[in-house]
Amino acid sequence: MKSGSNLERVIRSGKPAITAELGPPMSASPDDVIRKAKMLKGFCDAANITDCQTAVVRMSSIAAAAITHSQGLEPIMQMTCRDRNRIAMQADLLGAAALGIRNCLCIAGDHQKFGAAGKLKGHPGAKNVYDVDTIQLVGILKKMRDEGLQQGGDTIDAPPKFFIGASWTPFGDPMDFRPYNLKKKVDAGADFIQTQGVYDMDLFKTQMEKARNLGILDRTAILAGIIVPKSAAMLAYLDASVPGVTVPRQLIDRMNKAKETASGDKQKAKQLQEEEGIRITVELIHQALEIPGVKGVHIQAIEGEALIERITKEAGLYPRPEI
Amino acid sequence: MIVGKQKPISEIWDMIKDFKKIIVFGCNTCVAVCHAGGSKEAEILASLLRIKALQEGVDMTVESGACERQCEPEFIQQHLEALKAHDLVLSIGCGAGVNLLSAYTGNTPVFPGLNTEFYGAVQQAGHFIEVCGGCGNCILHLTGGICPIVRCSKSLLNGPCGGTNNGKCEINSEQDCAWCLIIERMKQLDKLEQLFAIQPPKDWSRGTYGGPREVIVEHIAADEKNSVGSTKERKS
Repeated sequence: MKSGSNLERVIRSGKPAITAELGPPMSASPDDVIRKAKMLKGFCDAANITDCQTAVVRMSSIAAAAITHSQGLEPIMQMTCRDRNRIAMQADLLGAAALGIRNCLCIAGDHQKFGAAGKLKGHPGAKNVYDVDTIQLVGILKKMRDEGLQQGGDTIDAPPKFFIGASWTPFGDPMDFRPYNLKKKVDAGADFIQTQGVYDMDLFKTQMEKARNLGILDRTAILAGIIVPKSAAMLAYLDASVPGVTVPRQLIDRMNKAKETASGDKQKAKQLQEEEGIRITVELIHQALEIPGVKGVHIQAIEGEALIERITKEAGLYPRPEI
Repeated sequence: MIVGKQKPISEIWDMIKDFKKIIVFGCNTCVAVCHAGGSKEAEILASLLRIKALQEGVDMTVESGACERQCEPEFIQQHLEALKAHDLVLSIGCGAGVNLLSAYTGNTPVFPGLNTEFYGAVQQAGHFIEVCGGCGNCILHLTGGICPIVRCSKSLLNGPCGGTNNGKCEINSEQDCAWCLIIERMKQLDKLEQLFAIQPPKDWSRGTYGGPREVIVEHIAADEKNSVGSTKERKS
């Protein structure tokens, strides 16, 4: 075992792994984290604790991960390259490991100008760091864990034992380069990969086939990203505006049909679309798990932690394995 | 070239309004090419400031002048007497020019009339783009002549992030994704496989993060040191 984390144990057992997402609050109170952790506990194997997503200040991922851990839910601490240099990153990694955190997902992080595009103000005037990139951060974690060495070469008395993760956008531009991009992450030391939300399973299959041909899939665990759709409008938005997300027309049509069944009753339309969204999610989970090399799913229910219990149960993935 | 952009008149006015005898001083190299700080722009800015002074009822004289390169002592030497006769030099050279002029003008302060933007190139007439990060450790041979340090919003060295959308960057739908450009260029050069190698963490100490930098051309610097009145001696 590299880290001994629950996620690593489930993946090693060969059973499909489930990860979910827990977004830290824009608050100094632990209550939200505790509430969400209670909703997710028992219905996923580990939960991603996002690191100031969309470059908006929220409770730090390390603190929220420690709170989550204290609630008996295993955290996957996300760490972006945007806000810390290699000194701060490694210091935080040592601290996180000391607090009992065993999974870390390395990501570039949304650019600080990106946050300003939404409803929140964010900090578009901030100075970003990007001392190292994602692939280099993965390598730093591996070197710390396996060699007991800091990036600069100094030794670490008790190396941090992390299960190392990275993200992958299989349909990002340029799509033919993405399998190689994945290979670099795996070569650098990524033990698991969570993908951007996948709706087009045929296209995903072809990208996974390319990854398999590069000899990557026996060296890492791919967790297919599933974003729980809530409405036809959300699917259309994801398709049109979110980088690397492609939604087949047929899924948008299904949601529209659910909406139309409500014949103008807004409340009912919302409810029917959400129900259809759950059905779509369960189907996508099953389709993803059929694809060779997919070792689990990463379910993103945006501000919908309560849905994870139902989805896991309806997908026949409950109870979660205890290994 | 170093690309500059003139500061807004309101900002310049706030900076200079308490001075009586001002000279707007341009530089006829980089910042003249980008239409921001050459002798022509110095004349125009001086006129605008004279009008502003009239409007505001402030008693002030504003002259203009320029030299070939504000960043070289030999080019500013002949102007020093005239510059020192003013109580403010408003330089519209780049920051390097302001720094060097400041070291030579004694009791006369030198203020910046433009913002030094970046090391850039001409995209088309009147359109300049940032293309070099001046990182002190060039890797353009590995990236098809496209600098990921400044042309990628995240300075990524190992490929594109997940924010690429139709070949554009997540920060702006008009901004090309540098890594899409790099990948296309490397395909064209039939060298795509060079991008499969992992680039290790960069040594940023060779750039601006390692403290102020100097470049010493040994054989020339040695000659200069032996002659009387070298730059360093004058500064100390």
